[in-house]
This record gives sequence, structure tokens and C-alpha cells, in this order.
Amino acid sequence: MKVQNTGEQKGAGLPGIGESARSEKQGAKVEGRIEEVLSRHPGAGRDSLIPILQEVQEAEGHLSRESVLRVARHLALPPSKVYGVATFYNQFRFQARGTYNVQVCRGTACHVKGSAAVLDAAKRALKIETGETTRDGMFSLEVVACIGACGLAPVIAVNGEFHAGVAPEKVAGILNSYKRRTAA
Amino acid sequence: MNAASETRRDGELPRSEMRAVLTGATRKADEVRVKRLEDAMRRLRRDDVERPTVFVGTGTCGLGAGAGKTLAAVKELLATRGVDGDVVEVGCIGLCASEPMVDVQLPGRARLSFGGVTAKHVAEVVGGTLDGSPPADKALYQFAGAGRAPWDGIPAQGEHPFFRPQKRWVLKNCGIIDPARIDEYLAGGGYSAFARTIRTLTPPEVCDLVERAGLRGRGGGGFPAASKWRTALNSPGDRKYLVCNADEGDPGAFMDRAVVEGDPHRLLEGMAIAAYAIGASKAYVYIRAEYPLAVARLHEAIEQARSWGFIGGDILGSGVDLEIAVKQGAGAFVCGEETALLNSIEGRRGMPRPRPPYPAVSGLFGKPTIINNVETLANLPGLVAGGADAFAAIGTAGSKGTKVFALSGKVTRTGLVEVPMGTTLREIVYAVGGGVPDGKAFKAVQIGGPSGGCIPESHLDTVVDYESLKAVGAMMGSGGLVVMDETTCMVDLAKFFMDFIQRESCGKCIPCREGTRRMLEILQRITRSRRNEHDSDALERFQGVMYLERLAGVIQDTSLCGLGQSAPNPVLSTLRWFREEYEEHVFDRKCRAGACTELMTFSIDAAKCNGCSLCARNCPTAAILGAPRSPHYVVPDKCIACGQCRTECRHDAVVVA
Repeated sequence: MKVQNTGEQKGAGLPGIGESARSEKQGAKVEGRIEEVLSRHPGAGRDSLIPILQEVQEAEGHLSRESVLRVARHLALPPSKVYGVATFYNQFRFQARGTYNVQVCRGTACHVKGSAAVLDAAKRALKIETGETTRDGMFSLEVVACIGACGLAPVIAVNGEFHAGVAPEKVAGILNSYKRRTAA
Repeated sequence: MNAASETRRDGELPRSEMRAVLTGATRKADEVRVKRLEDAMRRLRRDDVERPTVFVGTGTCGLGAGAGKTLAAVKELLATRGVDGDVVEVGCIGLCASEPMVDVQLPGRARLSFGGVTAKHVAEVVGGTLDGSPPADKALYQFAGAGRAPWDGIPAQGEHPFFRPQKRWVLKNCGIIDPARIDEYLAGGGYSAFARTIRTLTPPEVCDLVERAGLRGRGGGGFPAASKWRTALNSPGDRKYLVCNADEGDPGAFMDRAVVEGDPHRLLEGMAIAAYAIGASKAYVYIRAEYPLAVARLHEAIEQARSWGFIGGDILGSGVDLEIAVKQGAGAFVCGEETALLNSIEGRRGMPRPRPPYPAVSGLFGKPTIINNVETLANLPGLVAGGADAFAAIGTAGSKGTKVFALSGKVTRTGLVEVPMGTTLREIVYAVGGGVPDGKAFKAVQIGGPSGGCIPESHLDTVVDYESLKAVGAMMGSGGLVVMDETTCMVDLAKFFMDFIQRESCGKCIPCREGTRRMLEILQRITRSRRNEHDSDALERFQGVMYLERLAGVIQDTSLCGLGQSAPNPVLSTLRWFREEYEEHVFDRKCRAGACTELMTFSIDAAKCNGCSLCARNCPTAAILGAPRSPHYVVPDKCIACGQCRTECRHDAVVVA
């Protein structure tokens, strides 16, 4: 049961290494969306940094090197400061997420009800570690401190859709249902 | 009244009348208009309904249990049966174990609550009730009231064991009203406390009122709210801020989420009162991004309050201004600490600041700032409306009012409970929670999240109040209450919390950053099996145990912020009450709860094994030997205690000790 201490939360890799080779067309589209986000914050100060990063991540799926530099330029901040903030918070990712983002809750109530085994089962089913994305880009696995649905522990959430009282042996079935959803 | 307002959709409040009542501008000649307003309010409060009304609880926990499908099924059922009825989405009433919950109210009858209503039960529950025969096994309780005929054989809500010991003050509306509609909050007397405050009280008088009531911060520390406010009120500054701390990062706590999802206007009204008391014209709600539904509800509520003129410039003609903005947290536990939270709002890394200066003197952007927890603020409307004496009448000598707890873990009725201060933990666990399920023995209750502690059976009669919880090594914290039974290992639990804390430590001060890491390593060594130890590991194991308490003391004394200072609490409190479990791990290398798998020894019961060799084939270290169709055995030196053989065996032949 050696699940702890593997950087469950923050293990999103180093900034900037997550840019996959995207076609230029896609790149331009993403750039357009970043400009759109920034245009919503004209003349913004430092206190808008976190909301802007959140919106950029929403639009882009993760924070790429270019987008961080672009945000830094917009706010007239050194990029190091922007990276400093982005790496501090668990919410920000520097790697693209899968189509389905699987969040396993590791709150106290879930722990007491056996969420460590649930996390293990998810890792086994997807054959990835936390913070990683499957090769086909369909699933990514993430650990969250507490989703706040302790009454239904143990809980996992797939793209924000909650599954309550998940026994370890049910995990593979739940994930498969999403796979089928894509195939259909 | 003009013709347009006559055709108003059922259940909307006439605005001008409502505003006139709130600002105290009604005259004797207005009697007809006031009567019309009261009729509309009565309809919105649903003292009685004109059409059959179905309420579906669609909070996060309800949706998790399948309330989305239930809602669709209810709508379909009403459509196919051609029933002219209303479907209302409400927040969480707190009985999470019975989600998804559906209430049905027929004209002239009491509102009935049902639990465990998934989509397939809708026909039975809603259809049955429409036909006049609600299924008794699904019915939980009914809301009795004048003019509403009760149903036979179903207890009233106050009689239900979950609700009987509770006193719902903050959660009054949760699960009862539609949180997306300000009209329903107003109909229950909402915003009248705020309107009266700005009309009749000066800011120092509000501070006095809250001081007389004895309201203390519900976020953990229990600092008297009024004295903090007074400092901010008296601090010079052209601008002052109020910040609502809704960054509920404690694992095992979800009270704030339920309040924001189920009754967002109560929070906004509380914020408006607090902002007025300290002279702030700008307020922030710092809420976790992990609560998408709560964030959406909050935005919606702020828009509605603004359109009614409860937020904005010159509120209700009083000359008071207030703007409320929402800031979403980005997933850092330490941002629950108030100075770290301020840094986060300013767009910096969420690290605490040294104090003094206290935020009440120099906080957000260097201006006087008050940071209060959601529950503290949500207490205010009721406190102001009911008066200081009514509030102070509830509770113990030092702790007044009620406290909301999120009851979870190994307990029959998990959920959100609000009890008066002075209630014993035993009453919460056994009377409200219904005790430990599956006939297991109760072991401990963990209170206060990572900063709190565990309380054993022998101290279950401790009452809920700030001082007595501190005396047994725990703290009120934000109110997570996790029940544990005999299958929970206390060393493993301490390890879980230390792992959480060392990961979430912001890294600013050394005692917390390095110390919690070292504490985690010591606990990991205790729970590691001898076969995975190398070199001087065994020596370090003993050395670590010897230093564990001293290290904890240093962290408590020298950390910068409250989180660091309370970080060793989970270890210290388990060590205090469950020392024998630690000793068993250290000396006997045994885990009585069976949670530390590394300390288990696996063997195969020859009488049960039929030699199918399934275990041998699946053993990752080839530690299981034996000829096919004859009993197998485990080679102890090779076994890594992964438990795979026990999972695979179909004959229950793997014995664990």
C-alpha cells in the first residue's frame, strides 16, 4: 500500500514540458482563445493573475509555455512570478488532460472508507500513475484532497460527474462505461 | 397596483411592497398592499400549496447519488400522468445517507419526505403519494403545520432521530427552499435583519450586539467576532474589506458547501451585515474551485441581490454601499489560513504573513480587513433578527449558539447536523448518527480535520464547546466529524494526516516544511515491515519513535501560522489516547485493525486450499509454492504482503494474521 508520497497532488511535471506537437491551425485557435480571455481583463493588475490563469486553463485545458509568457506580458510581470504562482496551486496543470479526467477523493472520510484501494484500482485499470494521462489521451488520473461529498464516501468524479460509494471492484466498470460512451 | 402586476407569475413577490416593508416605509393606507404581499409570501413559504409540488434535493451530494435522473423521472411522471404540478429543486437537507431525497406536498396535506428515491422508485413514491398511498418504507418524516392534514403513521420531522437533537439555525432553509430564488428567501423573512440593521443601528452598535450574543468565529480558532470587528472599525483607512472564507479545504468537512449551495442568500445577508459593522464597502467571497455548483449558486445569488438593491450603491436608500466579488481558490489547503488567503486574493503564492500587523489593522492591499468563515457570517441574519439574548440563551458559558458538523465515516446516518453548543459527542454519534453500522465496535471520532484530534470512546461525553474540546487535545476546527470503527488503524490515520499536511505545507517556514516531512517518515518506518528494511533502517525506526514527541513540540512552538502550529495535532492526539496501538506497531510489529498491510503475515489454510494454483500464478514475487491439486504454502521470506493472493482466492483459504 505504498500510495502516499508520490507527489499525488502536484505531480504535473515541470512547466513547459507538456506541449504536445499540435498542428499550427490548432495552435492559432488556442492563441485566439487566450487573447479572448485577456481581452476580458483590460488593464488588469496583479490581483487578476489567478482568475486569468484559471480562465486560460479553462480555455486551453492546461497552461502551456506560450500562454504563461503571454499572461506575464499582459500583466507586465516577470514570467518567473507567474510560474511561481502557477506552480504553487494544485489547480494548475502544465500537461494536457485526458478527455475524461478522473478525480479520486482522498479526504478523511473517503480514507476511512478505503479510498486508497480505490485509487490503486483506478491506477491498475488505467495503467497510469496519478497526474498522468493515458496514451490514447482518453483518461487522466488526479487525486483531490476532498470533494466535499463525505456523506457518500468513497467518491470519485469523472469530468465533474460524481460516483458515490465506489468499491474498488466497481472502478473498472465505471471507467469502461465512459469508454463505451466515446465509442458510441 | 397596475394590471401588469396582477398577471404576475405565481410565486413572485411584488417588489415595491416588499421594499416598502423592508425600509419601514409602509403607512396605514397601505394595508391592502401589505396584505397582498403577505399572501404572496405565504404562497412562497408553501404553508399550503395550490398544486401538487415535488421537491428534489439537487445539492452536490444529491447529484452524486443520482438526483439528476430522479429529477428527470419526476418531470416525466408528472407529464405522462397529466398532473398540473410544480417541481422544485432544493439544496441539501443534510441527511446525506438517504440521498437522493424527494419531498412531495399535496394541497392541504403535510409535506412528506422520502429517502433513497432513485429514478426507478419515482413511480412508486411520487405516483403513490399522488394516489394517496405513500410507500411507508421510503417515507422518512413529514413537516407538520397548521392547516395541513398530517399523514398517518409517519413521524414528524422533529421526531425523526436524525433531527430530534438538532437545532437548525444556520441550516434552517437548507433543503427546504429553492436556493436559486431570492423570492423564497425573502418570503421567509430574509434580508429583513439587514434592512433593520442599516436603518436602526450604527456600526458600533452592531459590534455591541454581536458581542452581547457571544458569537465566536466558526472557522476553527473561536476568536470572538465582535472584538475583531471593532479593531477593524477603529483602524484608520480610506477603504476596508470584508472577506468571507469559503475555502473549505479540511478533508472531511462540507458544511460551507451545503450552506452556499442550499441557502446562498443567508450568507450574502450575513456578509452585508458584517460589512456594515466594520464600514467595508467591498467584500470578497474566497471559495474553492472544487465546488462548481456552489460557485454558480453564489454568482446567481449575487446577481439577484443586486437587482433587488441589497448589493450595490445606496442600499435601500440608506447611503450604504457594498460590492461583493467572488474569488475562486486554486486548490491550496494553506489558503484557509487568513493571511495566506489574502495573499492569494492579491494574486501571490498563498503563503501566510507574520503577525502583527493583524489583518484587522493592515490586511488586503494593506487596508483593514476582516476575514470570517461562512458559518460565522451565516449566523448573523438569525442573530440580528432574533436578538442577542435569544442567541446567547443557546449553548454553554463560553460558547454560544449552534455548531454545524459534517458527520461522516463509519456511521449509519452520515450528513450535515447542527446542534446547540454543549451537546455531547456521544449524542451526535449515536442519537443523530445512529451509531456504527455492521455491528462493528466504535473506536474514535476525529474532529477538526488535520488541525484537530481524535477522541476515544472514554471521552465521548465531552461536550461540544471550544474549551472542552481543547482540553481533550482536539479542537472545534471547521467542523468535520469523522467516525472510526475498529477496522481503522490510528497510526495509519495519523500517517494519512501527516502525508496531507506535508504535501500542503506552503514551505515558507522550516519547522512546518521539514518537520512534518520528518514526522511522516517516522510514521512510515513504524508501519513498514521488517522484510522491507535495509541497513540501519531498524535503528532509525526506534530513534524516530523516541524523537516523535519532541519534534512535534518544536513544530508547535516555532511554526509561523496556525496551520503549522496545529500540524502535529493528529499525531499527538492519537499518541495520547491510543499509545498502545503505536507500541504494538513498534514492538510487536502488529496492526490490530488490519489496515497496515505490510505488517500482516499471510499463510494458507491447508484444509481449505484445493490447490487450484490461482494464487501462485498471481503472486508477484513467486512466494507461493505447491503442486497442483495439493495445498499450497507461502514462503514468508519472499512474501511482500501485497494481499493479491487473498483477493484472488475463491475458497477463502488465505489466512491473515
